[in-house]
Amino acid sequence: MALLELDKVTAEYGPIKALHGITLKVEQGEIVALLGANGAGKTTTLRAISGSVARGGSVRFDGRSMAGVAVHEAAQRGIGHVPEGRGTLVQLSVWDNLRMGAYTRRDGRQVEKDYDVVFDYFPILRTRRQQAAGSLSGGEQQMLAIARALMARPKLLLLDEPSLGLAPLLVKSIFQIVRSINRNESVAVLLVEQNAALALNVAHRAYLLETGRVVTEGQASDMARDESIRRAYLGY
Amino acid sequence: MTYFLQQVVSGLAAGGAYASLALALVLIYSAMGLVNFAQGEFAMFATFIAWSLMVSLHVPYGIAFVLAVVLAMVGAAVIERAIVRPFERGPQLSVVIVTLALLAIVNGSAGFIWGYVPKPFPTPFPQSPVVIAGVYISIQDIGVIAVSILVLGLMYLLFNHTKLGLAMRTAALYPDSARLLGVSVGGMLAIGWGLASGVGAVSGILLAPSLFLEPNMMQQVVIYAFAAAVLGGIDSPIGAVVGGLLLGVLLALIGAYIPVLADLRLAVALLLIVVTLVLRPSGLFGQVHTRRV
Repeated sequence: MALLELDKVTAEYGPIKALHGITLKVEQGEIVALLGANGAGKTTTLRAISGSVARGGSVRFDGRSMAGVAVHEAAQRGIGHVPEGRGTLVQLSVWDNLRMGAYTRRDGRQVEKDYDVVFDYFPILRTRRQQAAGSLSGGEQQMLAIARALMARPKLLLLDEPSLGLAPLLVKSIFQIVRSINRNESVAVLLVEQNAALALNVAHRAYLLETGRVVTEGQASDMARDESIRRAYLGY
Repeated sequence: MTYFLQQVVSGLAAGGAYASLALALVLIYSAMGLVNFAQGEFAMFATFIAWSLMVSLHVPYGIAFVLAVVLAMVGAAVIERAIVRPFERGPQLSVVIVTLALLAIVNGSAGFIWGYVPKPFPTPFPQSPVVIAGVYISIQDIGVIAVSILVLGLMYLLFNHTKLGLAMRTAALYPDSARLLGVSVGGMLAIGWGLASGVGAVSGILLAPSLFLEPNMMQQVVIYAFAAAVLGGIDSPIGAVVGGLLLGVLLALIGAYIPVLADLRLAVALLLIVVTLVLRPSGLFGQVHTRRV
């Protein structure tokens, strides 16, 4: 059974329907990319999973239905949603951001060890731990957002455009870290990304969204070779 | 000079109580962006409960104090969940109106239950003063200052050195992010109402011996507390405390040295609100908000 299963999920912002029945799944240990143009419904799909937007259809996570589950309960069940714009707690210190990441956990001793785990992935955060999170650069804030989500020991990470506004070199290293987190911590990742080439490079499978619908899905390597996808989304 | 110091000490005692109630206002304001107009009435009601426990049921002062504070916390948290919560999704003004309604209801209920005749309120501290370096200081004042410091210190520790405090601050500042991190923002709001009501109750119980207990006891005090909160910065807990102490001392000195103004103390407090809002809207310690237009 898949870790996450969406069946004909719809979502709307007031009168505007943003998703018209998304069906997809994420297996244990997988990295899945959600591709598509602006406004295709990528971000809304993540919001529908964590419950941050009114949704219809069925979302099942870890064998249980998510119907009627509040956002904070979704987090407690193991969904780590790194939102668009990173959700940095700007006035709080880097350290407090990470402590808040571990908010749902009750295993204090393991939490202490996990600070070192995330600092090993993102050494820059260790040196900046007393700083206000708002004073970090965009790239550092993105690292902090991922590190914070990781502190919750989620089963599934929802990453919304981790590359947005970052220098290409930095993006590359963040994606490498995402991959090693996926492998070492056995965290599944659902990745929303505008940069399709990058996403297909790191993901196992991918879904292509258009105006709130899944139009193509497949192995990431197959999709990277697909002529029409290459022309429309990869630009070469 | 000794007279001056005596006034300062008694001003600090009153100021400690204003600071507690101001902190209550600031807690709600930080979490919801509005003032709970019923805050003073909650404090008054809790003080009546303490009075009933002590006078009718002969519960010792300390136990009655703690029980009243705990009941005030639970009661306010329940009120937030049951009465305020349904209005939170609507415009903010409707919540403000709800707090005004609560003010009227709590005030009227207290009058209905206990009547409007002012009652003397017991104090555990001896009335006799101590002399320190030639200055007569009432033990009552010292006790009030000590309890205020203790309560405010506990609140400081809670907010800055516990996981719950961090979660409450996060929920207040960044509700959307807090939810994604697993924080029940609504739950934190209820706890915030409870804590605010608790420190408010402390304020009421500390002031009752000098004010006499009656349903309208806190109506002036809540204006002082509001002035203190605005002076210190309406979103700053530290500011509320400093503002409360400053205001207490200021009012005591006015009462002692400018007898003409003694009856206009309320007007002085209101003037202070206006002057602060004109000269320094964010108060002494508040966040300066810049907004792009």
